[in-house]
Amino acid sequence: MIREHDVLGVGAQRRRTTFRLLGLTAALLATGVIAVGTGAIAIGPATVARILAHQLFGLGDVTWEPPQEAIVWQVRLPRVLLGVLVGAGLAVCGVALQAMVRNVLADPYLLGINSGASSGAAAAILFGAGAGFGQYALSTSAFLGALAASLLVFLIARSGGRITSIRLLLSGVAVGYALYATTSFLIFASGSAEGARSVMFWLLGSLGLARWDALLTVAALVIGGTILYLTVVGRRLDALAVGDETAHTLGINPDRFRVRLLVIVSLCVGVLVSASGSIGFVGLVVPHLARRLVGASHVRVVPVAALLGAILLVWADVIARVLLAPQEIPIGIITALLGAPFLLVLIRRLHATGA
Amino acid sequence: MITAAEVSWRYGANPVIDRVSVTARPGRVLGLIGPNGSGKTTLLRLLYGALRSPSGTVSVDDAPLSSLSAREAALRMAVVVQETGGFDAPLTVAEMVLLGRGPHLSTFQRTGQADHEIAARCLARVGATHLGPRAFAGLSGGERQRVLIARALAQQATHLLLDEPTNHLDIRYQHEVLRLVRGLETCSVVVLHDLNLAARYCDDLVLLGSGGVAAAGTVDEVLDPAVLEPVYGIGIKRLDLDGHLHLLFQPFEESV
Repeated sequence: MIREHDVLGVGAQRRRTTFRLLGLTAALLATGVIAVGTGAIAIGPATVARILAHQLFGLGDVTWEPPQEAIVWQVRLPRVLLGVLVGAGLAVCGVALQAMVRNVLADPYLLGINSGASSGAAAAILFGAGAGFGQYALSTSAFLGALAASLLVFLIARSGGRITSIRLLLSGVAVGYALYATTSFLIFASGSAEGARSVMFWLLGSLGLARWDALLTVAALVIGGTILYLTVVGRRLDALAVGDETAHTLGINPDRFRVRLLVIVSLCVGVLVSASGSIGFVGLVVPHLARRLVGASHVRVVPVAALLGAILLVWADVIARVLLAPQEIPIGIITALLGAPFLLVLIRRLHATGA
Repeated sequence: MITAAEVSWRYGANPVIDRVSVTARPGRVLGLIGPNGSGKTTLLRLLYGALRSPSGTVSVDDAPLSSLSAREAALRMAVVVQETGGFDAPLTVAEMVLLGRGPHLSTFQRTGQADHEIAARCLARVGATHLGPRAFAGLSGGERQRVLIARALAQQATHLLLDEPTNHLDIRYQHEVLRLVRGLETCSVVVLHDLNLAARYCDDLVLLGSGGVAAAGTVDEVLDPAVLEPVYGIGIKRLDLDGHLHLLFQPFEESV
């Protein structure tokens, strides 16, 4: 084959991105193996790898104790997988929202979806809402709350005829505050200190609900689908991030595209918040890290952000489990502690460039 | 050819454009001129469908604009417009120009060698090849303008619409950009402030006054002091030098 002349350096850029994606995938796999091995009972990476190979592909002989296998397969692996999904989902939803509202400070919780989920979760924890859904009562109730919140945001933002960035932003903030007040009121009205503590724990996020169940499957499908969709529409996200007029002149209907993004992102955030509570900062910080790594083009940013988000969240969960063991710290505290300094650096940088 | 018939637009209660009709003919450059607030940009936005007129129709090569999908419209019309308040995550100049190839690609297709060559050629045409790897957000106003023109060229549409393309450009690039537009075989519509640039590079002109078309026709017909003076409210002298038309301006009170 004749080597084509790479006029704009696009080929070199693509090769670089491929290497980074491969590197990050390897890092994610290593992270997974280490995270599964870490905890009250430490299991070496080699043993973890052998157990996984045995479970997944039926390879190798059993050289470990049965409890080790139970810990790896039943307890820790679903948790790490949920961490991967939630981290990746938060990161790509953050990317999409930052492009949609053209604001570097946008994050997946901007639309008040997590506040809706929190209200739903509080209703379930404190008043037994959704009890008919059995083991899924909490996540179903939270998801219904998220759905209600996003519908509300959508309707308010749409009341002017078309959904603009600024209207979306404002209605998201307004609905968020209203539902935050609702959650607080539910806690106040229940008068249960124990319940308040459970809600608080849920609000700060946890991967503790993870097990091999329908929730994990749903999360995998929805989050995987979202990542795929956002990667495919990467070029359109680029145009939308520049401006509505630009998108329009490049053959994209900005209003229709924004509505479609809104539906998909709301669904994705709803599912991941229902599964893990609201874990802050990942969706805000990771998109910036991804852009630093591979530039602003969304075809590259989305998959890189997904991998970075997954890696970060799994490590945050490891810290949450290990730091005060056997006590578990809510993971939202860890992500906020790691994310806040980053935000400060970002503010300094924005200030320095005068943007 | 772009034909607008009886289009209107109002901001609040103020009709800016009231039942205006214009035609941009194939292979010619149509200039939209007029004082501030006369609705030049609004009219242009009506032409490319960013605004939908409640009355009348806009058609592109005899197809009503409202019947075209956004992508079909983008294959026929490329637009140069500077947007402010954009995103702080800058695309590179090369990526920005390649966005112009978007309408030619299917959803799952990525840009190929041919697209890269077209984009590189378009960057070269506006003298911006050296800017390729730089961040678009870090460019000066003039450089941005040239890159946006390169993107519009990369779109390879049959019509080119430009909103004040000479804004932010120094005198040399003002002329280079307009000469480039003039050299294209597309049907072009340009919003211009500078009447002398309009005189040199347009074929036809539409002069907008308050609410409607004050005059329309060839450059020679419209750039007549008797036509222009009441609209702009300034004294105008016309000179014909070396086969080019030039306008000189003098406020009325000084000329008394």
